[in-house]
Amino acid sequence: MINLFILQVLNGFQLGILLFLVAAGLTLIFGIMDFINIAHGMLYMVGAYLLATFAGLTGSFWFGLLIAMPVAILFGLLLEFLIFRRLYDRSHLDQVLATFGLTMILSEGVQAIWGSAPLSVQMPAILSGSVRLLGIIQYPVYRIAVLVVGLLVALGLYLLISRTRMGMLLRAGASNRPMVSALGVNVGRLFTLVFAFGAMLAGFAGALVAPVLSVDPGMGESVLILTFVVIVIGGIGSVKGAFIAAILVGLVDTLGRTFGPIWLQMVMDPSAASQTGRTLAPMLVYILMAVVLSIRPTGLFGRRIS
Amino acid sequence: MTGATPTAARSAIAPRTIIAAMFFGAMGLLPVAVTALGDPFLVVVLTRMIILALAALSLDLILGHGALVSFGHAAFVGIGAYAVVILAQAGITDIAVQVLAAIVVAAVFGLITGLIVLRTRGVYFIMITLAFGQMAYFFFVSLSAYGGDDGISMRGRSTLFGRDWLENDMALFYLALAVLLGGYVLATALVGSRFGRVISGTRENPVRMQAMGFRPFGYQLVAYVIAGCMAAVAGVLLANQTEFVSPAFMSWQRSGELIVMVVLGGLGTLIGPIFGAVAVLLLEEVLSPFSSHWRIGLGVVLILVVFASPGGLAGMLRRLTGRGA
Repeated sequence: MINLFILQVLNGFQLGILLFLVAAGLTLIFGIMDFINIAHGMLYMVGAYLLATFAGLTGSFWFGLLIAMPVAILFGLLLEFLIFRRLYDRSHLDQVLATFGLTMILSEGVQAIWGSAPLSVQMPAILSGSVRLLGIIQYPVYRIAVLVVGLLVALGLYLLISRTRMGMLLRAGASNRPMVSALGVNVGRLFTLVFAFGAMLAGFAGALVAPVLSVDPGMGESVLILTFVVIVIGGIGSVKGAFIAAILVGLVDTLGRTFGPIWLQMVMDPSAASQTGRTLAPMLVYILMAVVLSIRPTGLFGRRIS
Repeated sequence: MTGATPTAARSAIAPRTIIAAMFFGAMGLLPVAVTALGDPFLVVVLTRMIILALAALSLDLILGHGALVSFGHAAFVGIGAYAVVILAQAGITDIAVQVLAAIVVAAVFGLITGLIVLRTRGVYFIMITLAFGQMAYFFFVSLSAYGGDDGISMRGRSTLFGRDWLENDMALFYLALAVLLGGYVLATALVGSRFGRVISGTRENPVRMQAMGFRPFGYQLVAYVIAGCMAAVAGVLLANQTEFVSPAFMSWQRSGELIVMVVLGGLGTLIGPIFGAVAVLLLEEVLSPFSSHWRIGLGVVLILVVFASPGGLAGMLRRLTGRGA
């Protein structure tokens, strides 16, 4: 029981880290540009497909990653140039519509190019196998690597935002965009930069999970909705909020699915508990979001709106 | 999110009523025409158009008139559809009872979720309605007695006054058309009433409405519940048309498509979203024979419409005919 618990906590952290990588770009785009990008989660899927393709072509995960990342950034820049740029000064509704159209194009496009059967990616040899943790559980090395890399990226992002000039501009842009622009900062270029950065993080998250999950056309949508939940719970525009909310959502979702039915058995008979558990578990993160928003309508770290 | 100003709306009432009359007249004759042409399958397509038009119309009440961008409206459609299946399994096939049950459940769901979602604004509103839509979706996925993820086929359509008249595609079409007409009349009356004025007034300037002594929250909540109930009625009809119900009816993509229909047709025009639904389904009929990936086409059209035409098809028409938006 305790083994399973530790195992699931680690899995929950891993899901949280991945959600954070996707959500970080999304929350920055929301916060700084006031731009709703429904299609952001799709870049995660694109990253995974790019890695699967290039790893297959070169025969190596590392070369695949090396090629897939610049391509993901270029793809993000292309989307910004073709579509998003025209939407910055439009209403939220227009942005929702256009980017919703983009999710249709991307999810169908991926199926048209790669087919709807899942692709699998060979795990790099160094990171395959598993190790014994705390002397009681076996955990795959690759998953530990994902956790460590994700945490390093989060740390890097924190340093970038709190310690560098670019981070300063990002924070300033998030709190008062017209003022930053009036002070002589090229906001258009800042926007493009944030987009490229967000696309890279989401694509990187997709590439990271490609060897452990199957790469399929549905993977973008499942993450897409969860990242919305994450940035709304965390408060739109707050990277710190996104991190805390991502870990929270990852843990609640993973633990709820495993332990929901088990805990319910303590108060119900087994068959009712398993049915209720299966009903409630996928809804838990949404219930969490509803509770957070009903107490704090702008999320945990969101700015108060008048 | 610019709506017609009250004065523009008043002067536009007459042409809009004429367009509506022409639409319902033409729709009433179409099934006879297509059957005469020897393609009765088109009646099925037309029925789908009418049903989704009802769902789009209901969304326009809150999206167009209240500027409440609900990304979870398909949940109500799904609730209506599941009301049919669940009652039919229990032996209750009368459509009147099913509609009543659908409305009651949708009203309760709308009331509970409305109390929470209407506390939020803007992006948060979009996201939390999306979340509640997903909750409803996963709830029905977990109902293994009703097919879970795969959905469930119905043994037959609902009965009307104890008879199986609705097994006839033509009868179902005219029932759906009559319901849509009723819904349109009701929505027009609502929008024109004092209640509707408070809703659109709140969209334009919530602070001023409060200063005038209204509490917009209650009005918005009632509008949200009414829109949900109308969508649930559309769900009852949809289940009867397809004779199959699955959680996919309430996936977030369906909610998105409803928004597409409303905006494509013209926000806050009531008749526009009806045309929007017809246009989206026409596009599906035209594109799907070419490729199973026809949604790529819909996506491209959507992006182009947003780029080219604020105000959707209605806005485009207004500009073409030279009347100011």
